[in-house]
Amino acid sequence: MTDQPIIAARSNPITDGTWRSMKIFGYITIAILIAVGLAAWLGQWGWLDPAFVKSNGVAPKYLEQFGYGLIRTLTLLIVSVVIGYALAIPIGLVQVTGPRPLAWLASGFCTFIRGTPLLVQLWLFYFGFGSLFPQIPWIRQSFFWEYLRDGFNYALFAFTLSFAGYEAEIMRGGFLGVPKGELEAARAIGMSSFTVLRRIWLPRALMLVLPTLSGEVVSQLKSTPLAATVTVFDVYGIGREVQQDMFLTYEPLLLIAAIYGTLTAIIATAFKFVENLIPTRRG
Amino acid sequence: MSAMSIDLSMLAFSPPGWGGNLLRGLVHTVEIAVGAYALGLTLGLGGAMGKLNGGPVLRGALEAYTTIGRAIPELILMLILFYAGPQFLNNILTSYGYPLVDINGLAAGIFVLGVVQGAYSTEVLRGAIQSIPLGQIEAAKAYGMSPWKRFTRIIFPAMIPNAIPGLANLWLNVTKDTALLAVVGFSELMLETRQAAGTSKAYFMFYVAAALLYLALSQVSILIFSWIEQRQRRGIARVA
Repeated sequence: MTDQPIIAARSNPITDGTWRSMKIFGYITIAILIAVGLAAWLGQWGWLDPAFVKSNGVAPKYLEQFGYGLIRTLTLLIVSVVIGYALAIPIGLVQVTGPRPLAWLASGFCTFIRGTPLLVQLWLFYFGFGSLFPQIPWIRQSFFWEYLRDGFNYALFAFTLSFAGYEAEIMRGGFLGVPKGELEAARAIGMSSFTVLRRIWLPRALMLVLPTLSGEVVSQLKSTPLAATVTVFDVYGIGREVQQDMFLTYEPLLLIAAIYGTLTAIIATAFKFVENLIPTRRG
Repeated sequence: MSAMSIDLSMLAFSPPGWGGNLLRGLVHTVEIAVGAYALGLTLGLGGAMGKLNGGPVLRGALEAYTTIGRAIPELILMLILFYAGPQFLNNILTSYGYPLVDINGLAAGIFVLGVVQGAYSTEVLRGAIQSIPLGQIEAAKAYGMSPWKRFTRIIFPAMIPNAIPGLANLWLNVTKDTALLAVVGFSELMLETRQAAGTSKAYFMFYVAAALLYLALSQVSILIFSWIEQRQRRGIARVA
């Protein structure tokens, strides 16, 4: 009885701190917004005007270009996440239950993807393989030669494999994390192994890894600017172009930072919404 | 077809081979990574203590640092810091009447990567400190330990085992992030590789060689970290 008031009076160091820092985070956000607003006011932003014309008479239409850049960035992100995830499921699965050689191959793939910088992988595909293809005559004559000359496809390929490698490792953990009893129960009911996978194992594994997905997609978004190093004009690529054309240092960088920051916030909010839709029992 | 065959003599350590350049690049990569990691850990430790013990203004500022540092692509943060950092330093120097300095590439690389790393380190270390049972810290207080002694004797040693998996990940990330410095023109493994490949036209071989060097670096790091973790976890009950 005597202990009760003491415990109740003790403040919770975790929730109290979060609340106070959240409140002040609001002020700091306002301060940053004011700072960015000042930068916007003091900086040169005339180039964003759709009617802007350079001194040499060229109308570069940067705002429109940023729109196209955003579409390229989002295409890179969405396509690589969707296809990468589709690849990650079998790659994760064979590491848990597949035949030995396949399991080794899959874990070797994951080790390579996770152990080397994405930039190396991208340049290996674009400059490395890209320099081998033209020397093979039948490739030059085939219809996909057109595709093999476009940096965008190399970026898409590299990003997809990268996402598959990181996600496969997470899926492996997800498959291992499903309690054995649930799989045994499914088999005892008489499900075939494919039905077990389809109805029990895969859905349960996906539920387990769902909380990590948001962070992984944000990481993937943050990797997409690398595409600009292989001639893709994504948001970052356009920003760099403006930097060079207009002799501006900060304005384009602040704009692309704001764009990526907004995209990150949208992804985080969207995943939180989706997570809340799926009923899970915690603890 | 001659360019297609792989001529390993181009990897020889002395010119005309490029092996020496690649290894020099690898050494630079490790130097930048170690420096940035150390700077990141210092910022992270300060940031974590500030977030846990600081006043509202400090906490808010740190929250903004870690949120922005983790929401914006590393490449863009690096460029902003890369342009802003030297300019800021030179502005200070000129306002006090000192001459402009040319900032050395290694220091600039360590600075930009370290500041980005600091945002991640703050969160890892904060989580590790928060997972220390509160009773241990209260016991230290009850014994009358000063805040500094409490930190060095209780909080720091108790935090390390919790922090190691996260810190290992951060080290692997920073070694991979050094490659981004090639985009702004620092001489590390990626840029050396690019130059070697561009000069010799043996693109495929040199990028494979670079990938293998990075892979070796990360695999050795994983071995070292798992050894450290085993040592640190001696006597601690395994959690799942």
